[in-house]
Amino acid sequence: MKRFSETINVRELLRPIGQMIAFSLGGGAVLSLVVVLLALLLDQTAVGQNLQARYSVSLVTYTLANLPQVLIDGLTIGFVYAAIALGYTMVYGVLEFINFAHSEIFAVGAFVGVEILIALKNAGILSAASLGVAYLILLLALLAGMTASGFLAVAVERIAYRPLRGAPRLVPLISAIGVSFFLQDIIRLVESLTTGQFNRIIPTFGNFDERLIFGQLPLGATTVVLGVQIKSLIVILVAVIMLVGLNYLVNATKIGKAIRAVAQDRPTASLMGIDVNRIISITFLIGGTLGGAAGVLYALKFTRIDPFVGFFPGLKAFTAAVLGGIGNLTGALLGGIVLGLLETFAGAFMSAFTMGAAGAEYKDIFAFGILILVLIFRPNGLMGENVSQKA
Amino acid sequence: MSLLTLENVHSYYGRIHALKGISIEINQGEIVTLIGANGAGKSTTLRTISGILHPKQGRVLLKEQDISHMEPHNIVAAGIGHVPEGRGIFPNLTVKENMEIGAFTLNDNAEIARRMDHAVTLFPRLKERISQKGGTLSGGEQQMLAIARGLMLQPSVLMLDEPSMGLAPVLVELIFDIIKQLNEQGTTILLVEQNALMALSIAHRGYVLQTGEIVISDTAANLKQNETVQHAYLGVE
Ligand SMILES: Nc1ncnc2c1ncn2[C@@H]1O[C@H](COP(=O)(O)OP(=O)(O)OP(=O)(O)O)[C@@H](O)[C@H]1O
Ligand SMILES: [Mg+2]
Repeated sequence: MKRFSETINVRELLRPIGQMIAFSLGGGAVLSLVVVLLALLLDQTAVGQNLQARYSVSLVTYTLANLPQVLIDGLTIGFVYAAIALGYTMVYGVLEFINFAHSEIFAVGAFVGVEILIALKNAGILSAASLGVAYLILLLALLAGMTASGFLAVAVERIAYRPLRGAPRLVPLISAIGVSFFLQDIIRLVESLTTGQFNRIIPTFGNFDERLIFGQLPLGATTVVLGVQIKSLIVILVAVIMLVGLNYLVNATKIGKAIRAVAQDRPTASLMGIDVNRIISITFLIGGTLGGAAGVLYALKFTRIDPFVGFFPGLKAFTAAVLGGIGNLTGALLGGIVLGLLETFAGAFMSAFTMGAAGAEYKDIFAFGILILVLIFRPNGLMGENVSQKA
Repeated sequence: MSLLTLENVHSYYGRIHALKGISIEINQGEIVTLIGANGAGKSTTLRTISGILHPKQGRVLLKEQDISHMEPHNIVAAGIGHVPEGRGIFPNLTVKENMEIGAFTLNDNAEIARRMDHAVTLFPRLKERISQKGGTLSGGEQQMLAIARGLMLQPSVLMLDEPSMGLAPVLVELIFDIIKQLNEQGTTILLVEQNALMALSIAHRGYVLQTGEIVISDTAANLKQNETVQHAYLGVE
């Protein structure tokens, strides 16, 4: 009998987990250090006095009190970005093509998941559900969103990209933008025909909105509650499982080897007996599935979705992919986590540090400013190179 | 009846007419070589057989089956292997992964391992480099890997495009020995070689290609004696 480690490549399971922990802890630690140092420096200046006057709390206390929640929120959105970013990066790695419709594939996943939950709610099943059943229902919504988005991505490639394979690079790009608008309008049409409105709110059920409290930290006049919303944990956990699974698929299976071969040299891959079109479809299926799951997770975390819900997360995730090094799987992970943390930190602390001049609404400018800085010094992104490479 | 037949095949790259109606017959168990100057269309012929290019006119037959419009992966599955010109090593796959992917159509892991063992005994250098990335091998090592990878498939027809390119003389001889051995074990070979003399020394028959057309076809022994061939391709004054 074969040993377990021979049939399952344990290293390929542990490595991405290690990377995620390293990226999360590293990114979180660096940013925490920066804001705490800034707070210490500015505490006695006009910045600190301004905050004292507005909220009667010292800058240092304010910073420390917010830090745990900011870290959790940053990681939550970071993992959602990472899951979406992997869709961009996989497709780019194999076809050197930016699938701009990926944001709408994400949106469709969100809508399918939410609509199923709404239907179950209307059928009275949600309110009757025990906690275990609630989790099963959430899993069902996730799987439905993943399936819908996965097959949609495959269909989009088959219909809108494959016929343009030999055309100049800009042509499929334009096609992708067209698909993106088309899908947005389809969602709008379907939603307005069936429900008369564009916005959908994910029903509340289970214990997802509750907070797990780990403890309390006295901090001068205030106490900091160390806790985390259950749905944030779910988002992170599901994303981690998917990311580990994807990494394993690409780096340790025969299909993964074929994906990497196709990414490196399509004609030669076909001479090895690899059905290149099938591998490309599988790539879209994987990217779409991850995008769909990210959509449902996003809806769970932010509750309200509309037909344009894909736009910003899509743009951010694309940015994350570029930040990490487009085409590189580990890069997408790193980029997603870093961008999620950066923008959440910016959103939480900018107002305090600029004496209210630049509030949370400027967080994207800050995050993208950092991105431009990184790209000036590392034009290929943080991890450079591409998907074809074993991470 | 021939195993692999090209009937009046025309192939194009866009508007470039690269093959202008060539007909070739390769019988079961033969080594056949294609000779021709640079740009004559030798590689194009192999690409047309393996389905990377599809003929605009004419047919490619494997036994009686028309494979002219089959996709490359199906042609591989039908038993035609192609070690392409310029090696085509996957630079970011390891040596081992490159070899495994040569047997992609095979699902029997034990058999894949057996073939890999055999291939690395032929090229011990590859064994030393087994977990190194393909792209970090030297040119000659990459050539060995390309051939070893070609052997992994154990096709019934093996097409080799300049297999001795960039190899030291000892290794060139090794490669030709391997080709002969494979042939004796029943593999039909279609060989394209810069080194026409060596190719003719192991081949049974040969075709001379000139700007996309076949100008001579004869047994290897006769081709070696043919004055035009001697002059143009064997460097005999
Ligand atoms: N991808 C391509 N696009 C356009 N033309 C091509 C392409 N590949 C080959 N050709 C042209 O087709 C003709 C035949 O090329 P081919 O590669 O078959 O020559 P060859 O006989 O293999 O030469 P060599 O000995 O140099 O390898 C040449 O004129 C070449 O310029
Ligand atoms: Mg050639």
